[in-house]
Amino acid sequence: MSENNFVSPQAVKRLKKRRGVEFRFRLWGQAAVGFALAALVWLLVSIVGTGHSAFSQHFMTLDFELSETTLDPTGARDAEKLRGANYRRIVQQTLYAQFPEVTERKAKQEVFALVSASGATNQLRQMVYQDPSLIGQTVRVTVPTSDQVDQLFKGYIKRETAEDRRKVSDRQIAWADTLKERGVIRKKFNKILFTNPDSRDPELAGIASAILGSVMILVVAFVLAFPIGVGSAIYLDEFAPKNKFTDFIELNINNLAAVPSIVFGLLGLAVFLNFMGMPRSIPLVGGMVLALRVFPTITIATRSALQSVSPSIVDGALSLGASHTQAVFKQKLPLAGPGILTGSIIGMAQALGETAPLLMIGMVAFVTEVPTSIAEPATALPVQIFLWSDSAERAWAERTSAAIIVLLVVLITMNGFAIWLRNRLEKRR
Amino acid sequence: MTDTNAKFSCRNVKVHYGDFEALHGIDIDIPDRGVTAFIGPSGCGKSTFLRTFNRMNDTIDGCRVSGKILMDGNDIYNKNLDPVLLRARVGMVFQKPNPFPKSIYDNIAFGPRIHGLTSSKAELDALVEKSLRRAGLWDEVKDRLKLSGTGLSGGQQQRLVIARAIAVSPEVILMDEPASALDPIATAKLEALIEELKERYCIIIVTHSMAQAARVSDKTAFFYMGDLVEYDATEKIFTNPSNNRTQDYITGRTG
Repeated sequence: MSENNFVSPQAVKRLKKRRGVEFRFRLWGQAAVGFALAALVWLLVSIVGTGHSAFSQHFMTLDFELSETTLDPTGARDAEKLRGANYRRIVQQTLYAQFPEVTERKAKQEVFALVSASGATNQLRQMVYQDPSLIGQTVRVTVPTSDQVDQLFKGYIKRETAEDRRKVSDRQIAWADTLKERGVIRKKFNKILFTNPDSRDPELAGIASAILGSVMILVVAFVLAFPIGVGSAIYLDEFAPKNKFTDFIELNINNLAAVPSIVFGLLGLAVFLNFMGMPRSIPLVGGMVLALRVFPTITIATRSALQSVSPSIVDGALSLGASHTQAVFKQKLPLAGPGILTGSIIGMAQALGETAPLLMIGMVAFVTEVPTSIAEPATALPVQIFLWSDSAERAWAERTSAAIIVLLVVLITMNGFAIWLRNRLEKRR
Repeated sequence: MTDTNAKFSCRNVKVHYGDFEALHGIDIDIPDRGVTAFIGPSGCGKSTFLRTFNRMNDTIDGCRVSGKILMDGNDIYNKNLDPVLLRARVGMVFQKPNPFPKSIYDNIAFGPRIHGLTSSKAELDALVEKSLRRAGLWDEVKDRLKLSGTGLSGGQQQRLVIARAIAVSPEVILMDEPASALDPIATAKLEALIEELKERYCIIIVTHSMAQAARVSDKTAFFYMGDLVEYDATEKIFTNPSNNRTQDYITGRTG
């Protein structure tokens, strides 16, 4: 038998070794994929676990007597006076009426602390301001409880903790339980989270301003980055002369894509704010900064999409007498379209998650109004998350996670849309 | 001297890719109407030479063409001549069928549209039908003009590409190994089509198949290492070549 015989003992040994290598590599690959999946699951479970409870909140439904003697003793119905009237007194009286047996001043304060003081007073003030004829009537209004009561019922403030170590006293727990039994306190969907801007009170804080700010920033960034990114890619790939200078430009666009995003924030701070004197913290500047961040990504995606189009298509168009421009725009670009769109959407998804450059241009400001234009102060989702994560009270933790959930849902939707779009456009060919 | 009946007259045509000289000065006259075949081993420069006739070499970086190529007596490398106009007169079919990933109709209509050859939808429809008929494809695709051209078989795709070229009314059709990706039946159909087309067009075909050159062409040029070795009537080349290297190649001794 020759040495090359495939059944010789040496050959069998070699084969075993080869199989062994393959087996170990498979194992390694499966472990790596398993680790990645485990990390993803852990992330989702921990965030959804803490965040899901923020989507509901406890509210009190009470009958408030809008007494004329408290709100408008003169009866003048003067709009400015009505704005400044003592709604706090009305809220207090309504709550005290629930527990007539409580007379001591300290205890009364604790009763009042069950409701979201600024939430309830603001709500009444708005109602009366819009419809002064309500004065003298009794209205049934649903107002948020204070965040401590909410946290108590959600189980984040533990009843078994010693009284002096929790923010809710034993008396308050008893009263809150009574109110719940009476049906005054109910758990409802937390609309406030989506309709309100930021607030100092967790029970009144929402991400409306952040979502709108993020949308505006993305729109501005897309409108600027898409034409610049796609245009520079088409020019560099199809029309620019190939020489040292264009090589240099190419290299620098690739470098730009790798520049840490905070550097773009510094650039925006120096150029847009300090040099051009634009206001801080507005979505316009945020979008301009993120456009700088995103356009190299779009350029790179567009170039790779263009390069993946078979040159034979362009040859075909040229051989029919199409000019170079016609061949590129009528044949090559439509074929590269899905790749360009996917790259752009993924670039925009990156921009949505970008925090550092926005901090540099002052978008970290505490904004309590929902912006109505791109030139008004706003905040952005990731910045809002950053702000809330820094706050001390327990109620902020679940809201931080809830905001992260919203951000992740938007990101997954955008990426999913990109994949769907690509599949759809590719199928059409 | 220059043959007055020639479609193309080439004098001392050299092609360089950077520092590499791919063609060493070709002199040839190609007649109008009829099929001229370019044969020779791989890398001999026949495809390069073919691409000088519609200036497709212009699109390759570092490619330079020198010498003179006259088409109907006019220099096609004249600086004032736009290659776009030349390519409308000199169509091309490539080795690999390259229909656009669009509908069959849009494949044919692309050329007429960019040149503005038709003024109405009806005219364009008629031109599409005429082109497909001439390419012998109409009966096979008339019911699915809206379907993608890439869904056709290889042979149909190649005839679609020919129809696409015909639609802009060229005078010349260059074919670069058009049958190399086709099966024998599709090849036979293609050759029958070439036979028909040569009544109207000047056809220049590059082929690796000696049998194909013998079947379809009227004149054959044998290229070797960037030189034109022999150029004569096809019958003479295949039965009684005057050059030993031609003899060796067609009998399969070199390749």
